[in-house]
Amino acid sequence: MNDANNKWIGKRTIRPDGADKVTGQATFGADTTMPGMIWGKVLRSPHAHANIRSIDTSKAESLPGVKAVITSADVTNYSPEKSVILGIQDMRWMTRNVMAREKALFHGHPVAAVAATSQKIADQACKLIEVDYEVLPWVVEIDDAIKSDAPILHEFIEFEGKPSNIAGTLEHKKGDVQTGFEEADVIVERSFTTRPVHQGYIEPHACLVSVSADGRATIWSSSQGQFMVRAMTSMLTDIPQSSIRAIPAEIGGGFGGKTIVYLEPLATILSKKSGRPVKMVMSREEVMRASGPTSGSKSTVKMGIKKDGSIVAAQGTYYLQAGALPGSPIRGAVGCAFAPYDIPNVHALGYDVVSNRSKVAAYRAPGAPIGAFAVECVIDEISEAIGMDPLEVRLKNAAKEGTQAAHGPVYPRIGYYETVEAALSHPHREIPLGKFQGRGVASGFWFNAGGESSSQVNITEDGNVVVTTGHPDIGGSRASIANITAELLGIDYKRVSVLIGDTATIGYSNLTGGSRVLFASGMAVTDSTEKVIVSLKERAAKIWDIDPEAVDWEDGYARPAGANAGMFDPLSLEELAERATETGGPIGAGSQLNTAGAEGGFATHMCDVEVDIDLGIVRIIRYTSFQDVGRAVHPSYVEGQLQGGAAQGIGWALNEEYIYDSEGRVDNPGFLDYRMPVCSDLPMLDTVMIEVPNPKHPQGVRGVGEVPLVPPLAAIRNAIYDALGIRFYGLPMSPPVVLEALEQGEAAE
Amino acid sequence: MSDIQYLAPTTLDEAVSAYSGAKGSARILAGGTDLLVQMRAGMINPSLIVDIKKIEEINTVRETEKGVFVVGASVSGMELAKNPNFGKTWPGVLEALNLIGSTQIQGRASLGGNLCNGSPAGDSVPALVAAKATLTVQGPNGRREIPVKEVPVGPGKTSLADNEIAVSFSFPSRPPGSGDAYLRMIPRTEMDIAVVGCGVNLTLEGDICTSACVGLGAVAPIVLEVEGAAELLIGSQLDEDTIEKTAEACRACCDPIDDKRGTISYRTKVSGVLLKRAVAIAAKRAKGV
Repeated sequence: MNDANNKWIGKRTIRPDGADKVTGQATFGADTTMPGMIWGKVLRSPHAHANIRSIDTSKAESLPGVKAVITSADVTNYSPEKSVILGIQDMRWMTRNVMAREKALFHGHPVAAVAATSQKIADQACKLIEVDYEVLPWVVEIDDAIKSDAPILHEFIEFEGKPSNIAGTLEHKKGDVQTGFEEADVIVERSFTTRPVHQGYIEPHACLVSVSADGRATIWSSSQGQFMVRAMTSMLTDIPQSSIRAIPAEIGGGFGGKTIVYLEPLATILSKKSGRPVKMVMSREEVMRASGPTSGSKSTVKMGIKKDGSIVAAQGTYYLQAGALPGSPIRGAVGCAFAPYDIPNVHALGYDVVSNRSKVAAYRAPGAPIGAFAVECVIDEISEAIGMDPLEVRLKNAAKEGTQAAHGPVYPRIGYYETVEAALSHPHREIPLGKFQGRGVASGFWFNAGGESSSQVNITEDGNVVVTTGHPDIGGSRASIANITAELLGIDYKRVSVLIGDTATIGYSNLTGGSRVLFASGMAVTDSTEKVIVSLKERAAKIWDIDPEAVDWEDGYARPAGANAGMFDPLSLEELAERATETGGPIGAGSQLNTAGAEGGFATHMCDVEVDIDLGIVRIIRYTSFQDVGRAVHPSYVEGQLQGGAAQGIGWALNEEYIYDSEGRVDNPGFLDYRMPVCSDLPMLDTVMIEVPNPKHPQGVRGVGEVPLVPPLAAIRNAIYDALGIRFYGLPMSPPVVLEALEQGEAAE
Repeated sequence: MSDIQYLAPTTLDEAVSAYSGAKGSARILAGGTDLLVQMRAGMINPSLIVDIKKIEEINTVRETEKGVFVVGASVSGMELAKNPNFGKTWPGVLEALNLIGSTQIQGRASLGGNLCNGSPAGDSVPALVAAKATLTVQGPNGRREIPVKEVPVGPGKTSLADNEIAVSFSFPSRPPGSGDAYLRMIPRTEMDIAVVGCGVNLTLEGDICTSACVGLGAVAPIVLEVEGAAELLIGSQLDEDTIEKTAEACRACCDPIDDKRGTISYRTKVSGVLLKRAVAIAAKRAKGV
């Protein structure tokens, strides 16, 4: 499957969802309506931290037009004492996130919800709900949250024997760092901070839920997993999964942020209570205040290197903000930080820290960019200290097949080395730089994931193909799956239609996340398609009255093979479909797999910056990503992933941050002042796709969606050093920060 | 939850009569790019909206004699850009207006709306101040003309009475050898609000600056005219020493706030940087090079 003669795999086919999206016909989360539909609205906490003594909803309930009012009393409770795991989430935290229970834990935390015949009435009803708060001292930043006298968010969380905001730790060890550092010629230890950043999807969370009189719920919503929506809603409403049908809408971006629910369980309960379909749509402000960004962090990384360039020891300590409830991505930070390197002695330790801000959600390689930022900055410094090119240092220490990673696995064939080689020999590296311009590099790793996927491949009566899978298409999975199916069947791509099933029409499929979808659904669809081909061969054999083993499937035709070669005219897919009834009935096959072998992804990025030294503005003038993509089934989509990750990294590095006011409220809850990059901020983001096929996948697929966000933060920071001779240790490197550093530098001279 | 009445009169008299009749609970809709956002955010709740886009005088650009322009208060940036001569005479004003928002916004947003919104960070205002433009307003008692620099009186507040409607801007004629420029600092390249904005308008006779005016935005509760800067520039050859002193004059008059968009020290420093750069562009334009 990995050869250059492929007809469809590796081709830039037209995306099946393209026409609908550019003509406005695509149905997103907020686009579905129903007769009798009413509007749900969330009342949110005005305080960063408060005990909820009581909630009086009576006035809201008696307002004409109000059909239902709910509080945490209506949401299924899970005791904080015992974990209830669902995927990577814990339902005891999820129930407290969708609706504050004992306490309001951040400004914007839902405390009640209403459903009314108009949005205006719903707004007015929210104002009539009386909540008796006992306002508590609050804490937002990590340093404040881990102080011994910090306000404690959860009395039931203990660390080292007493109540704490440290909710958990994770540690990886390999070799003995103490011994390793003794061997080093140069040791560099540095501390870093990063700010929480939002995924910044354009489409706010939205859903429509209709609960019928007999208690069956239908959910239309935009998410990264209709089965996740079904399971979480079931667990928060006590409606069995068999009575919930979750229908995925087209999704206007997720980047990990739509791997959990916010509105669906509330709309379900409101619909059940009111007997009416309930629609809920978050405003951008609600998205920014109350949906998950990724963690802010502080970290310290120490690395030891010998003069010959071999890294002998590495140690990293990471504190990550979880938001109001436990569950920051420390696994990504401590697991990915050192993963691109073959280092004999590694110690990585992570702390999960709660504070009074919205609960974090996954964001593209959760935790890994934070892990890599510190490590890749320190590698730049140790390289300089021994006078070796930072890419040469990476090449010398590159993890390869057989390397034992600190986070556990022994790598199979991986392509990290090739990404560094490609960067070293790329023309980008030779372009001369001007005044106040600089070039930086950094690398990154992401685990990638496999897991459960289902597929159904059906041959239509006219001999075309309908493929159904179970994950929302965020990164081009429909086009890619059509490429694979067309290749396997040897037919034109246009004859394959790929649909996303809902929870009632396709088997369980884990969510779109972990860069898993094309890896896993590609496997399931390959399995289904191969079953279909077996059936097609059997049918041809039956028609010809020969042994099925004596039939080949080639270019969309069954052909007699072996001793029978040339004895019969080949039978096309159309002809076999036409004769399906006489040869055994409908042609189709399903597969339900728990896939494994999604090996890690690696990337190296090279970035050129130019600094306006009077204003402190850093502009990205050139950017190239080098990534082992396994097999680019649809190269345009793969390039899009690489570019998208780089763009988000540029925002994270340079301008994005949550700004809190003196009351613990987010002061920039919108795209005007939460400064994500706009198109004109970016140069063409170049990509170099390196294809080292994953030996454990039929098409050689590796996940590609998340690695691209891992290297940019350090690549940009290292480039700024090259331009100015100033090393930054915190993000964002925004104009006021850069200008101040420049002035301090001048003052020091 | 009151209903909103919407009127789109075709004459100024009708508009003034409806607007003044509402006694302060009405709002003028020019482009609506601030008004609608404020209404959606729940910041304002007008009982009457008077759309002035259908009133010819408010919505046209006239060159009354060569080089003398009267620009209707609700003329959009894109419309103003279509005028063959305005942008040649006042490139800084036109650039300032068309830095605002996206292409779609620029098809609606106007000088009058930007000024009457009263934001200290409005992009076109420092350029209008530097241009020494005047605003004609009409109320129940007739018309009056106000220098643009006297229109803003505080964040969100103007010197217009609550029964007066902005009609048009008059731009004075200038001798040959004049040029203007507007620059703003934003962390991004577009779709942002000025952290600092600086408008400069110069006239040169040979190498000598004979007339100058500087407007500074987002560094004080209102857009400022920096008179000290003009005094330094006039009579000079725009030499390095003069420019440095002028930048210092700009920094000295800054009275900004620390907020999510910028710090006091950053805004103050940047005002001097933008002054230098805007003077260089305006001078280049004045020399016709």
